[in-house]
Amino acid sequence: MSFALDALTILAVSTGAFFFLAGTVGLLRFPDALSRLHALTKADNLGLGLVVLGLLFQPEELFAGLKLVTVWLLTLLAGATVTQLIARTARPGGAQE
Amino acid sequence: MADFLLAAAGFVLATVTLGLVRILRGPSEADRIMAAQLLGSGGIAALLLLAEAMSVPAAVDVALTLALLAAFVSVAFVKGFARSGADGA
Repeated sequence: MSFALDALTILAVSTGAFFFLAGTVGLLRFPDALSRLHALTKADNLGLGLVVLGLLFQPEELFAGLKLVTVWLLTLLAGATVTQLIARTARPGGAQE
Repeated sequence: MADFLLAAAGFVLATVTLGLVRILRGPSEADRIMAAQLLGSGGIAALLLLAEAMSVPAAVDVALTLALLAAFVSVAFVKGFARSGADGA
């Protein structure tokens, strides 16, 4: 049982780390600001989400698990809001309103 | 298991640190704040992994604080950018 949970953790955390790598490569290689923003949100939402999911498979108390999920939800909410705001300044002729 | 989580934390941290090259290259201010944003979320992930790997539950609180501050950074940037843009126009 513990072996299966460990395998799930390794799978989810590795996938999350891969999304961080992909987000960084995208941030460095994509040609314009808006597509770089697209790469960044993948790392933010999916990368962190999968890392949190992987850690949830490790045995811990309910409260500690809830706290991990809270961190992810806060990042999702902040990421979605902040991405809209940054996109507004990155848009040609943006940041005027 | 702890070794794997520790390695994953190091990998994520090294990756987002590499992303900081974008701050040097720019070209726009928005690109620079994006790299800082990526460092923020990568730091959160690394802290969560460290908390589990080294059995330091307090690191989750640090991650929560970092998530809050990372959001504030970008909001402050956009506010400041809009103001300076309005002055320049």
